[in-house]
Amino acid sequence: MPAMNIIQALNSAMDVLLDTDPDVIIFGEDAGYFGGVFKATDGLQAKYGLDRVFDAPINEAAIAAMAIGMAARGLKPIAEIQFADYIFPAIDQIVSEMSRIRYRSAGQFTAGCVMRSPWGGGIRGGQTHSMSPEAFFTHVPGLQVVVPSNPYDAKGLLIAAVESGDPVIFFEPKRIYNGPYDGVPDKPLASWARHPKGEVPEGRYTVELGKAEVVREGSACTLITYGTLVHVAEAAAEHSGLDVEIIDLKSLVPYDIETIAASVNKTGRVVVAQEAPRTSGFAAELAAQIQEECFYALEAPIFRLTGWDTPYPHAHEWAYFPTRDRMIRALKTVTEA
Amino acid sequence: MSNGQSRFHVPTPPFRPGDAPDFSYLNLPKAGTAKRPEALASWRETSDLATGLVGVLDHNHQAVGEWDPRLSPELLREGLSHMVLTRIYDERMLKLQRQGKMSFYMKSTGEEAVAVAAAMALRPNDMVFPSYRQQGILFARGRNIVDMMCHCISNSRDNLKGRQLPVHYAWAEGNFFTISGNLGTQFPQAVGYAMACAYKGEDRVAASWIGDGTTAEGDFHGALTLASTYRAPVILNVVNNQWAISSHQNIALGDAPTFASKGLGYGIASLRVDGNDFLAVYAATQWAAERARKGGGATLIEMFTYRADAHSTSDDPSKYRPKTEAGVWPLGDPVERLKQHLIGKGEWDETRHDTLVEAMTTLVVKSYKEAESHGTLHDGPLSPTESIFEDVYARPDWRLRRQRQDLGV
Repeated sequence: MPAMNIIQALNSAMDVLLDTDPDVIIFGEDAGYFGGVFKATDGLQAKYGLDRVFDAPINEAAIAAMAIGMAARGLKPIAEIQFADYIFPAIDQIVSEMSRIRYRSAGQFTAGCVMRSPWGGGIRGGQTHSMSPEAFFTHVPGLQVVVPSNPYDAKGLLIAAVESGDPVIFFEPKRIYNGPYDGVPDKPLASWARHPKGEVPEGRYTVELGKAEVVREGSACTLITYGTLVHVAEAAAEHSGLDVEIIDLKSLVPYDIETIAASVNKTGRVVVAQEAPRTSGFAAELAAQIQEECFYALEAPIFRLTGWDTPYPHAHEWAYFPTRDRMIRALKTVTEA
Repeated sequence: MSNGQSRFHVPTPPFRPGDAPDFSYLNLPKAGTAKRPEALASWRETSDLATGLVGVLDHNHQAVGEWDPRLSPELLREGLSHMVLTRIYDERMLKLQRQGKMSFYMKSTGEEAVAVAAAMALRPNDMVFPSYRQQGILFARGRNIVDMMCHCISNSRDNLKGRQLPVHYAWAEGNFFTISGNLGTQFPQAVGYAMACAYKGEDRVAASWIGDGTTAEGDFHGALTLASTYRAPVILNVVNNQWAISSHQNIALGDAPTFASKGLGYGIASLRVDGNDFLAVYAATQWAAERARKGGGATLIEMFTYRADAHSTSDDPSKYRPKTEAGVWPLGDPVERLKQHLIGKGEWDETRHDTLVEAMTTLVVKSYKEAESHGTLHDGPLSPTESIFEDVYARPDWRLRRQRQDLGV
């Protein structure tokens, strides 16, 4: 199996999809000839032609609407929103339309499409290129929300998303797009640095939507997170010397309550971590649900480790997101409580 | 105009309640004077048409000029029949709403030709993305009237399982896309659908309708950008019925000459059409559909019409416009004009018309009785309660399964 980083794995997924399904069509700002600003669609237009992979006008609402219309006619569109921060102009099309066309037409029409978008901070992108807006979309019935953390999952989840038949918001952690250096050469993530590329099969395979993975087993505490922070969590677990169990959610909607509950019932202690601001973030949903499911197993208050309730800063981004050391402090707080 | 100093400007309608309405200020070229370009003519050749007016029926109700689609009397009578049914249906449904039989209703009075003629000029497999005043399309496409009523009263036979406000129909079998309450959203979706038809090599077009007020939405501009960029086989209709609830069309039009003229800036063939002229609406739609099918791309059509009744059952137009305004609308009534046209041709008469009205009235009354036998929003039966958890996703996940259990259904 070849080693790939996340970008290469996503590219491979789209290559497989384009190759095997003529209904798959890919578009977005700079997604065609140039292959995307992060090169996720690199080479695909040259290989499959202008009518399979093409550039879209700078109008995110129109991109989302185009995907809806195409999906209604039986295509499987993969639309790229250049940065997750830019998804807000498309919010009405995604929230009011894409998410509910199946519902409001009582199943007569569907809008199965995938909105891919580079997500999260850590590339010196400032407040307009660093947001983690996943919670907005987890609140919308009818949407699925996916955030992979490694190349193998990125490919398998993207193929599963396209084949799901329902609209999927597919957020890609761009801080770990290219592998080892975490976007900032002087701040490597220990675990990721050792595994810059994952083994990724060439052909078609899927990773089940809605299924989490225990990426590290432990008994002292459950650390639940997704995307980039999975690697921060691994580094934190290692450096803390604590016996931490780490769950990589992969899918936020639906999320895998069974895997979460089994782990929390075992450890009795929980840290939920997200890079997004704290208030009404997805960690709050996790904390509430865990409290409902596992209240009597809990031996300490659930700890929410999050970004701050501020817009994303440019110069101080490393003070913004949950770092390995903040995560270690969280783990100690919870395990010593 | 300018007095050499900038001024804060908000347009006002020409008339408010108490004023004597007078539409002589409108620039409405006579029927038959517009030239008809070849279907694949450059959009530039439509420049005069975008600021002028495509009309076929003259003031004597005769078909004149290059745009006359030369339709058979049978087809014209069919069109008249659909329009008459639409009007009677609307009137009956309004009455029933007033009696508390449904939560809400929106009539299309005065705009029947916009929907009926367009639907008849399109093919049955062309996809339509309507807004809420195009119920005439459903009649023209043969939708069962009882089913339409069952939707409006959200009963056990509502094909939308009671999820949509009345008149927000969806009918996949009739290629009638689900209507959104969020204005304008379906315009760029129609472009995407049309692109998919082209991608699949299908000989189909998509058509969509929005109101004059909705042209202010970003989706209008997004749709025109997409349609122009990708030369999509789509017909984008702006139904300029003069009023967006209480806001006059000039609140969206600004100082632009016409809504159709906005299409020219996008390089899209654009026509302003007498929307109360069945023949003109038919001819323009036919022209745009041929253009789309032959690879000529999109057409923007401004259907110039007048909303003769309230926006919906929730507003009273006499509060914002003169009561006499509809009566002096210079383009007349679409039903009456087609009727007189047919009478003038010796293909119709008052007796046959009365018979038609009577038959349609009977059909509507009888159909409602049948619809009510499947339940009403007020008294039920409705679709099964558990259906609220269906169709959210292809397969319900644990959250929906548990929530359904919580509700105990």
